[in-house]
Amino acid sequence: MKYLTTLLTASACAVVAGAGHADDRMASDMTIVSWGGAYQASQQKAYTEPYMAMHDGLSVIWDESSNEAVAKLRAMNEAGNVTWDLVDVEGPDSQRLCDEGLAMEIDDDEVLAAAPDGTSAEDDFGDSIINDCFIPQIVFSTTFGYRTDVAEWGGKTPDSLCALFDLENFPGKRSLEKRPKKNLEWALLCDGVAKADLYDVLETPEGVDRALAKLDTIKDDVIWWSSGADTPQLLADGEVVMGSTYNGRLFSVIEEQHQPVAMLWDWQVFDFDGWVIPADLPEERLARVLDFVKFATDTQRLADQAKYISYGPARASSQPLVSTHADLGIDMAPHMPTNPANQKNYLVNNIEWWADNQDDVEVRFQAWLAK
Amino acid sequence: MATLIETRPQPFSFVGPILAASGAFLGLFVGTAQGAGLMGMVIGAAVMAALSWALMAMNLPRRPVRWGLAAVFAALGFVLGGLMGGLIGLAAGAFFDWLTFWLADGRYRAKLPPYLTAGQVLWHYSFRVICGAIFFFLIAPIVVVMPLSFNAEDFFTFTPEMLSLQPEGYSLKHYQDFFTSSDWQSALWNSLTIAPVATLLSVSFGTLAAIGLSQPHVPGRRLIMAILISPMIVPLIISAAGMYFFYSRMGLQGSYIGVVLAHAALGIPFVIITVTATLVGFDRSLTRAAANMGADPVTTFFRVQMPLILPGVISGGLFAFITSFDEVVVVLFVGSAAQKTLPWQMFIGLREQISPTILAVATMLVMISVALLATLEILRRRSEKLRGMSPG
Repeated sequence: MKYLTTLLTASACAVVAGAGHADDRMASDMTIVSWGGAYQASQQKAYTEPYMAMHDGLSVIWDESSNEAVAKLRAMNEAGNVTWDLVDVEGPDSQRLCDEGLAMEIDDDEVLAAAPDGTSAEDDFGDSIINDCFIPQIVFSTTFGYRTDVAEWGGKTPDSLCALFDLENFPGKRSLEKRPKKNLEWALLCDGVAKADLYDVLETPEGVDRALAKLDTIKDDVIWWSSGADTPQLLADGEVVMGSTYNGRLFSVIEEQHQPVAMLWDWQVFDFDGWVIPADLPEERLARVLDFVKFATDTQRLADQAKYISYGPARASSQPLVSTHADLGIDMAPHMPTNPANQKNYLVNNIEWWADNQDDVEVRFQAWLAK
Repeated sequence: MATLIETRPQPFSFVGPILAASGAFLGLFVGTAQGAGLMGMVIGAAVMAALSWALMAMNLPRRPVRWGLAAVFAALGFVLGGLMGGLIGLAAGAFFDWLTFWLADGRYRAKLPPYLTAGQVLWHYSFRVICGAIFFFLIAPIVVVMPLSFNAEDFFTFTPEMLSLQPEGYSLKHYQDFFTSSDWQSALWNSLTIAPVATLLSVSFGTLAAIGLSQPHVPGRRLIMAILISPMIVPLIISAAGMYFFYSRMGLQGSYIGVVLAHAALGIPFVIITVTATLVGFDRSLTRAAANMGADPVTTFFRVQMPLILPGVISGGLFAFITSFDEVVVVLFVGSAAQKTLPWQMFIGLREQISPTILAVATMLVMISVALLATLEILRRRSEKLRGMSPG
């Protein structure tokens, strides 16, 4: 054991010594947690590849565990062995991690770079800073895709969300996420509830029942998904004729894979996705992460990410810099959820309401599913 | 014996219903694929009954009729489903022709003992059909993955081009992706560095434990055996969670050594079981003879005992290797992203991005597993021969 320790210490020293003097007090490797797939690839191209080019000897390890980030960070914290340096999570998860003290609170203006015109980071990010731990990256939305070659539809194509509930004009299987969030809102919107009253109605016990009753009308025709990759696969297969998923996934199906699928932006639901830094990192690792985050969330880097995936940058100053897709050469602006033409009707994920009601509504939704 | 049995031509009242039943069975699948299972069944039954009647009633020359019918079926399949449909039609046509004449001539009794009753003959063939169906349902899901891994598209879908066997429907790009992507290559490298070391540890400790525990004088050996085998019986997720917290405190979580040790613990039971089984047939007087001639226990082990129990050791080692190579739950807990193994990478890929690269990897892993299991079977036969249990 002693021999082993000596060996490990020696090799650690060798690695640190090799890292060069400029990054003296920064760790020479960094574990970043993200979602895998095309999204992680866009982060690699826009953030880590240029960053690594600037810092010789740095190694970045990617862990595709964002889905279980909350549970895993809890376990790591309990075991006293946090191996992650930077974690990509959705807004609601960042809220939970922040509330539980698992994520580090940061001072935005100090940690993040200001916009090129001098606007402070806090103003530049604006509403996307949803809590003290969250470092926003992108705006994404959950929206619908539909097949364009369904014979039974007789040439009609859905132009509103409520086509989802219209089995007469748009027969066929639909895919929806196996969670109450978003589905209940959509059901109420199509049941005649106005956007402003949505959460007042959901708040009442009858509200959830009303939404579930609306979903009951299509329940037999729904395939429930749990991974963002499911709906694209089902649409490509023709297993479903329409389905909800993240807009970047649909962009990939339509523009990159050339499947006969089109996008329905009506009542898309916005969400923010960003970084959190685990609490109580050792000094060297923290220094490295802070240096990386400052770089990776500056105006140009966030705009660069949109070259690889159709998610909108969270900074206002990045919006005008969004250009064309890196491989396809098409203009990315019309494919952004934040594009005005796509925003006629939209919702923003109501993190507070769901934080308060998630557990209760989830139980009722699962019971309804099992019925 | 066969010459003694009289094969009698059978009437249509016997052949017709069987053909109709098998036609209905086939029609059920074709019909379900088209969205009308019941319709398919009825049409299948009617077509097959009519066909068998026609074949039997019109006493035409056999050979041209069979070729002709197969060709008609193939053409029909081709019109309906392109090249693939044609091939399926050809196979179906040939099979049903053969079935009709085989039944009509009474040849189905030719290889059976003459004293069997009609019921026993029926059971003889039903048994084979049932066995075939079981094999089919076990193997089809594995086999269906293989052509999909050559898909030219990025989805788990048999495209129309693939079904009509057009070359542009197929590509090696998912294999290319596997061999060029740094994620997959580092996962492969991790698996290849973890599995052999874990196997080596499992084999050394497992063999020693098996030899020790096979000595009758060891106290509490049943209990020790039960504890050593427990990783195989305790649900994996429980072992994994336990190891996670234990290894974290030891500073082994997220390290290469940690994953190797965890996999070794999972592999040891397989080695113990196979080696213990081999030791049953091991003649202990051989070690006493070696000792009698002045060999020390270590020499005795390596020169006398080891060569004889080697088949058991190797097959245990292969199981340990496959366990480590296929394992995903424990490594997710005990490993960190730097120890991402192949199954871990496949698990991520399946959840976050359904990409046929996984199918390409799966195809290769199935091939490796088949090769390993074939080795295992050869060793088992050798071991049986050595122990005189098999005349082969």
